[in-house]
Amino acid sequence: MGEVTFLDVSKRFALRVDGVLHHVQALDRVSFTVNDGEIVALIGPSGCGKTTALRVAMGLDFSTSGRVTVDGREVRGCGHDRGMVFQHAELLPWLSALQNVMFGLEMKGMRGGELRDTAEKYLDLVGLKESQNRRPHQLSGGMKQRVGIARALAIDPSVLLMDEPFGALDAQTRESLQAELLEIQARTGKTVIFVTHDLDEAVLIADRIIVMKGGRVHEIMTVPIARPRPDLGVVRGTAEFAETRYKVWRALHDQDTVVH
Amino acid sequence: MVDIADRKPASSAAEPKERRPLPRWVITCISIACLLGLWEIFGRQVNPVFGSYPSAIAVAFWELARTGELWSALYESLRPFFAGYLLAVLLGVPIGLIIGRFRTAEAAFGIYVTAGYAMPLVALVPLLVLWMGLGFAVKASIVFLMALFPICINTWLGVIAVPKTLIEVGKSFVAPNHVILRRIVLPATLPYIMAGVRLAVGRAVVAMVIAEFFTTISGLGAIIINSANNFDTATMFVPIIVLMVMAIGLNSLIGYVERKVAPWQAEIAGRERE
Repeated sequence: MGEVTFLDVSKRFALRVDGVLHHVQALDRVSFTVNDGEIVALIGPSGCGKTTALRVAMGLDFSTSGRVTVDGREVRGCGHDRGMVFQHAELLPWLSALQNVMFGLEMKGMRGGELRDTAEKYLDLVGLKESQNRRPHQLSGGMKQRVGIARALAIDPSVLLMDEPFGALDAQTRESLQAELLEIQARTGKTVIFVTHDLDEAVLIADRIIVMKGGRVHEIMTVPIARPRPDLGVVRGTAEFAETRYKVWRALHDQDTVVH
Repeated sequence: MVDIADRKPASSAAEPKERRPLPRWVITCISIACLLGLWEIFGRQVNPVFGSYPSAIAVAFWELARTGELWSALYESLRPFFAGYLLAVLLGVPIGLIIGRFRTAEAAFGIYVTAGYAMPLVALVPLLVLWMGLGFAVKASIVFLMALFPICINTWLGVIAVPKTLIEVGKSFVAPNHVILRRIVLPATLPYIMAGVRLAVGRAVVAMVIAEFFTTISGLGAIIINSANNFDTATMFVPIIVLMVMAIGLNSLIGYVERKVAPWQAEIAGRERE
């Protein structure tokens, strides 16, 4: 329930910049496995393919070769077994917070009282029960992303895919959402794959960190900090945090791959 | 200390009082009053065959209204107008949505919409008369053809402007295509659709008068032609002004409907203007 495997996944696409055709190798034989209930961070310089990997896992992009499986089933498109949290929440601006969560559920075929109850339950989970009738523009950036998370969680996927979910938020909001994400994950036991460019975030939240460069998996690191991690402030003070953070930093700055 | 205490009341007195800006309708009324005043002054100096002025037009209006001629003409004009216009909205929006959303439809039919927008409809009126005769059907068709394309094109452009990520939200929740179209593309395109629907009002009014000139001479168009033939310029202006006022009314009605069906748009779009 929630195991994601990348098997030799490659993706090439053509990109026209100022009239010149470039071939971009977004993913180059990427292989890794994410276990059930695990939190994995994809980190790397921009253009390293981390977001493409996530989109291929979601079924929004397709690989040129290789395959991604979720619980043994090959990904051939979007599915309710995966929930996507977008970088800028991407709530539908004409719907209230509650209706946005309901939208995902309706697409799963849920109707009637159960629909509303479930949506309310998940908004409550992210602490937004009071604001359920607000439209997105009446919500702060952090609240929007909470709704985005609730919308993805509500359909009860086995895997949560998050594309730089906290990248656009201010530092305080980001920290509280990181803690909340860990808490929600502990409660729901979902597998989480998230893309980030924030070293601290990767080490604080993830069980393992996949460092990507130039479309390849550069290194996979295990974070030697046990979960649950109820107090991220304490985690920040540990030697393991500093050590892992440094290791990831070194991996990102290795000179064997030229980073543009 | 003394300095500061002294200055404080002075500075607060110098602070301008918060002035409430003039309401928009007041500004509009002042603008209309100025225009009518100037028209009245200069219009009176012109030979009444070559021009007219507001008070003379008002008298002519009263005369037409009193005899009931204006109202029966208006009714006669509005029937084909609304028939053609509403049909254009009903068909134009879905056609625009489909052309915008599906690349095959766009490649196959987009070119006709672009061409149709520029179609010299007046030149086609004789042909339409041959097909449909001189009555209601041909008039409604002319209005329909003039109003359809701006609605279509605006809707089409609106669909193209829908953020890709919103459609991906639909896809990621496995929404089927028709649901994405109805529940994501349509609401996201509404501001464009409403702009097209507004633009079409003007075109439909023009089309209606063209239809009345070139098919059976009837309705408001007939009043315009007959009074022009009698060199009664003041009476000729009455239907023209009635039509313009009607267009303004329809526009604000559409604006009202837009705020009802798409309240989020007015909330998001800033009205912060100088």
